[in-house]
Amino acid sequence: MAEAEDSKEVARGKDIARGDKADDPALQGPDSTPHPDRPQGGFFADLFAPVAGFGVSFSTMFKKVATEEYPEKPRPTQARFHGRHQLNRHPDGLEKCVGCELCAWACPADAIYVEGADNTDEARFSPGERYGRVYQINYLRCIFCGLCIEACPTRALTMTNEYEMADSERAPLIYEKHQLLAPLREGMLPPPFPMAEGMEERDYYRGQVTAPTQVQKDYVEQRDAAADQDPQTPTQEVYR
Amino acid sequence: MIVMEATAYLPSVVSAAPIVLQDAPAADFSDTPWWLSLIKAVLVFVYLLLQVLVVIWFERRVIGRMQQRPGPNRFGPLGLLQTLADGLKLMMKEDVTPKNADKVMFVIAPLLVGSLAFVSFAIIPMGGTVEMFGHTTPLQLTDTPVATLLVLAVAGVGAYGFVLAGWSSGSTYPLLGGLRSTAQVISYEIAMGLSLVAVFLYAGSMSTSQIVAAQEGLWYIIPLFFSFVVYVITMVGETNRLPFDLAEGEGELGGGFHTEYSSMKFGMFFLGEYINMFTVSALATTLFLGGPAAPPGIAGLFDGMFNEGWWGLLWFTIKMWMFIFFYVWLRGSLPRVRYDQFMKFGWKLMIPAALAWVVAVALIRAAQVGYFGDSQWATVITVVVIAAVVIAALLLWDRRSAAAREATLEARTPPAEIDPFADGYPVPPLPGQRVVEPRTAVSAADPVSVSAGATDDDTHDDTPEDTRG
Repeated sequence: MAEAEDSKEVARGKDIARGDKADDPALQGPDSTPHPDRPQGGFFADLFAPVAGFGVSFSTMFKKVATEEYPEKPRPTQARFHGRHQLNRHPDGLEKCVGCELCAWACPADAIYVEGADNTDEARFSPGERYGRVYQINYLRCIFCGLCIEACPTRALTMTNEYEMADSERAPLIYEKHQLLAPLREGMLPPPFPMAEGMEERDYYRGQVTAPTQVQKDYVEQRDAAADQDPQTPTQEVYR
Repeated sequence: MIVMEATAYLPSVVSAAPIVLQDAPAADFSDTPWWLSLIKAVLVFVYLLLQVLVVIWFERRVIGRMQQRPGPNRFGPLGLLQTLADGLKLMMKEDVTPKNADKVMFVIAPLLVGSLAFVSFAIIPMGGTVEMFGHTTPLQLTDTPVATLLVLAVAGVGAYGFVLAGWSSGSTYPLLGGLRSTAQVISYEIAMGLSLVAVFLYAGSMSTSQIVAAQEGLWYIIPLFFSFVVYVITMVGETNRLPFDLAEGEGELGGGFHTEYSSMKFGMFFLGEYINMFTVSALATTLFLGGPAAPPGIAGLFDGMFNEGWWGLLWFTIKMWMFIFFYVWLRGSLPRVRYDQFMKFGWKLMIPAALAWVVAVALIRAAQVGYFGDSQWATVITVVVIAAVVIAALLLWDRRSAAAREATLEARTPPAEIDPFADGYPVPPLPGQRVVEPRTAVSAADPVSVSAGATDDDTHDDTPEDTRG
C-alpha cells in the first residue's frame, strides 16, 4: 500500500533527523496514530465529544461564583496591604513623629509635606526636642510604595489596610495631620502634656513608658479645666 | 345582508367538504362569547409580556451562572426587576432615524416584528377547559383546521420585518443582516415544515387542539424523535438566536438588521425576538410534548385531576420553559456558526434528512393504517425495511466519505524527496523529507574576460591568497 510506503519514508526521515531517539514512542510524530486530530477517549467520550461543551457550561452553573460582592461584602486585604498612612503614638498618648522630614525626603512621588517645630514646656506633643507641627500626605500623588515607612526613624509613620479613599474633589485628598494621627486608645491622654516624670526621650524608645502616669493625668485634667474657664489658653494645636 | 348570506351559505360548504368537518378542532368554542375571546386575548398578551419580563432576567442569570458569575443582582430581589430597568432605559434613549433611511418602512418594520410575534400564540392550547365568567371555554384563544400552518405563515410574514428593517435603514450592515435573515428563514422554514409534516401524518390534523388530543396516549416526541430534533434545530434558526443569529451577528455585522435602530424601535425587535422564542417553544410543546397534558406519572394521580382545567397552564408553562432553558444553554455553550456552514447544514443535511424522514413516516403510517394489508406484521416489516435502507445508505455514505478523506490525506502527504530550489527560491524540507542535492538555479557564469583596461592592482586583488584572509 502507498500509505505504508509513505510511513516508512517518514520513519526513515526521522532516523536521519533524530538518530536513535526515533524509536521512543513519546517522540513519535502525530502521523503514527490512526486519528491525529481526535482525542483518544473511551467509547462514550468519543461519542459525545462534539457536544461535550454543553456539559462544561451546565456543570459550571453549579460551581461557586467567583464574583466578589464588593461594596456589600468587602473582602479583607492581605495583612501587609499598603493602605492609608497613620501617625502613631507612644503608650501615654504623646506623638512619635519628631518632624525629621526623612519620610518626605524618601518619598519618590513627593507626596509628603512636613514642618517640624520645637516642643516647649507649656506645649509638649512628643518626647524630645521636636515634633511634627504640619504633616500632610497628598494622596493624589502617593503611590503607596512604603518607602516613607522604611525611612521613619521612630516608627511614627506606618500604613493601615484602609483603601477606600476615593473622592470627587482634589483638595480633600490631601490628608492633614489630624486625619492621619492614630486615634487615642484606651488610657491615652491627648497632648500636649509633659513627659512621664523621671523619664527621658530615650526611655520612651526603650519601652519603659507603658501608660500615662498619675502626674500626667492630673496635668491634663487641670489643663482642660483651665481651658473651660478661659478659652484663651492654648490646649490643642491649632492646625492651619 | 352579506353576513347572513354567508351564514346561510356555510352549511352547504361544510357538507361539500366533509374532510374539513373531520379536521375541525377538538377544542369546543361554542360557549365562548366574543367578549370572552377578547378577555382571553388580553390574558394571552399579558401572559406573554410577563414571560418576556422574566425570561430576560432568567437568561442573564443563567448565562451568568454558566460563566461563573452571578448575573444581574442589583435591581430588586435577585435582580428580578432588571428587565424593568432595561425597558425604562430603552424608552428614555434618543430615537434616531438615519438620514438615508426610508422613513415609513423604518417605522413599520419594528412594529411588524413586534406585533406579529403575538399573533401565533392565539392558536396555542395552553390548558384544558375551564369555567370563566359563567362560561365553559378552552384555555386557547382560537383554533382552525390549519392552525399550525398559521404559525409558519406568521413567522414568514415576521421575516418581512427583518428584511424591511435591514433594507430601509439605508446602510450596508443592516442590508446584509436583512438579506441573511431572508435566506435563513427560507432555508430553515423548509426543514421546519417538513418536520411538522410528520406530526400531521400522525395526528391526521393541523389543528393544534386535535394534535394535542391525538397525543393522549403517547407524546409525539417518542415516535417522532427525529422530527423533534429537526424542529428544535430549525426553531433556533427561525428565531435568530445563537448559534444561528447570523442576521444580527454583532461580531461581523455590527448588529445586523437592527444596527440603525435605537430606543423603543429597537425595543420592539428585542420584544419580538423573545416572544418568538416563546411562540416556537410553545409550538414544540404542543406538537411534541402533549401541550398542556400533565407529565406521565402525575397525569394518573387523583383521578386525573392534574390533567384538567387550569392545571394545564402549569404543565404547559413548565414544558415551554424547558425549551427556553435549552435556548439559554445553547447561547451559553456555542459560538456563532459561520454563514456558509449554516447554509450548508440547512440545505445539504437538514432538508434531505427531513425529507427522507417524512417518507419513512408516511410509509410507517400507511402500514399502521392498513394500506399494506391487514397483517399485524405489516408495520414491523415496513420498519425493518426502512431501517435496512437507512443503514445501507449510511454505510454507503460512510464508505464514500472515508474514501474521500483518504484521498485528501494522500493528496496532502508530502513527497519523499524535495528539491529545495525547485521554484527558484529555497524551501526547507518537511519533517521526514529527503533533500535532493541542489541543482544550481542559475547556469554557470561565463568566464570573465578581463578587459584590456584592467589595472595591475585589480588583478592582484582577485588572487585567492588575498581574499581568503
